Amino acid sequence: MKTTGKTRKYIYTITLFFITLSGFAQMPIFKRYYIADIPGFGWLAQFYVTHIMHYIAAIVLIALVTYILIDFMFNRSRLIKITRTGYLGILVLAGLIVTGVLMVFKNLSNIYFGHTTIIVLDLTHLSLCMMLLFVSFYSVIRKKSWVI
Amino acid sequence: MTSKISRRAFLKGSITAAGSVVATTGIARAAKSITREKQEPLVTLLDISKCIGCEECVFACQQANADKYPEPEKPFPKMYPTSKVPVEDWSDKKDVIDRLTPYNWLFIQHASAIVNGEQIDLTIPRRCMHCDNPPCVKLCPWGSAKQEENGLSRIDPDLCLGGSKCKTVCPWKIPERQTGTGLYLNLLPAFAGNGVMYKCDRCYNRLEKGEVPACIEACPEDVQTIGPRSEILKKAHALAREMNGYIYGENENGGTNTIYVSPVPFEELNKSIEKGKGKPHLNKVKDMMADGTNLAKAMILAPIAGVAAAFGKFYLSSKEDK
Ligand code: SF4
Ligand code: SF4
Ligand code: SF4
Repeated sequence: MKTTGKTRKYIYTITLFFITLSGFAQMPIFKRYYIADIPGFGWLAQFYVTHIMHYIAAIVLIALVTYILIDFMFNRSRLIKITRTGYLGILVLAGLIVTGVLMVFKNLSNIYFGHTTIIVLDLTHLSLCMMLLFVSFYSVIRKKSWVI
Repeated sequence: MTSKISRRAFLKGSITAAGSVVATTGIARAAKSITREKQEPLVTLLDISKCIGCEECVFACQQANADKYPEPEKPFPKMYPTSKVPVEDWSDKKDVIDRLTPYNWLFIQHASAIVNGEQIDLTIPRRCMHCDNPPCVKLCPWGSAKQEENGLSRIDPDLCLGGSKCKTVCPWKIPERQTGTGLYLNLLPAFAGNGVMYKCDRCYNRLEKGEVPACIEACPEDVQTIGPRSEILKKAHALAREMNGYIYGENENGGTNTIYVSPVPFEELNKSIEKGKGKPHLNKVKDMMADGTNLAKAMILAPIAGVAAAFGKFYLSSKEDK
């Protein structure tokens, strides 16, 4: 089972990279700060491209998270324990997925969310993203595992 | 109309599909509870054959909305990197009325065409189309652009930072920027934001009071009619049949709340009108949000794929154990 663990980590890291990048690209910053001028990065300033990319990465992330969750419940809950950093990470990820799914729903035709609801969703999603980055970097730098 | 799914269909789909995944169902329920009951959107019908180009509507719009116009502070704060952040200042050009500006949300476009062997001149009032699923609203990163339940979309001048994303994603490039005004001045004006975006808000404050938009009221030729979508669409099609004419706006960008009826094909008009900055085209426009809508449907399947993969692994490992 070593290899599936590695594949899982690999998929998670790539997905997280692209979902974060395309997420930040939802704000008009990459063009202003020359990043979209770097050859090969022009797409970062194309809002429809990054929008679709964010959705695709979200689909992969949701599938992966469900897989890990079910796998944990049925196969591994007796073998491993979630650490405190792990719980924090999971909570933040869950928050990101819930707010993200709500925003996908909001973007459908004929769906009207209250103005304040939308602003709260936008800001919560952004704050949770910053938190996830923080928790992830903390875990990597301090070598804190989410599970033991 | 390819990929329109109603809220009910979406919820039904998500609830059935996610039957085994409690989390998704919960989200769908939560989503339902924060969206309010739907009301039929208001749509405007513009009969181009009636318009005489008198510009009464343009002046009425300016008068009715004057107190919403920006009063930028000068000198503008320096914005970095200077080569990348254009200063857009219309405050000294408030009398420009031949295009869209932050101080002019409606203008008259001129076209000429041959009808029955005779050349005719047509004038077309142009402004925001108030799309069914407006990319300017849905893709605004801060929720500064808003859509009301009656279908109109508007940009909140107290929240907009002037990043102009709404304009970039708008198929007609409608919103126009004024630098030196708005919330960004109180944040980090040198490094983020660049003013406020302005466009037709369909006189939302007049509608709230039960009045019709100023441009509709002022028109001496009754070019525009406003009403519930089903009623207006019926009228538009009857009118098109009657004049042997053409319709624009019903299917553009997946549908809009602005329906033009013209005796001349819109391809012809589009060739004839002056297009460019602040002067929108009359092209056919595909539904810009369609890909997102389709992926949203695929998203319902994501947890199911995850569950299937986990059980697949469980099945394989139990087989290995035997
Ligand atoms: S007021 Fe009416 S007739 Fe005059 S330009 Fe506007 S729409 Fe046309
Ligand atoms: S026409 Fe442009 S500005 Fe108007 S609602 Fe549609 S996307 Fe938004
Ligand atoms: S609806 Fe109101 S804001 Fe829009 S063009 Fe007409 S007068 Fe101007």
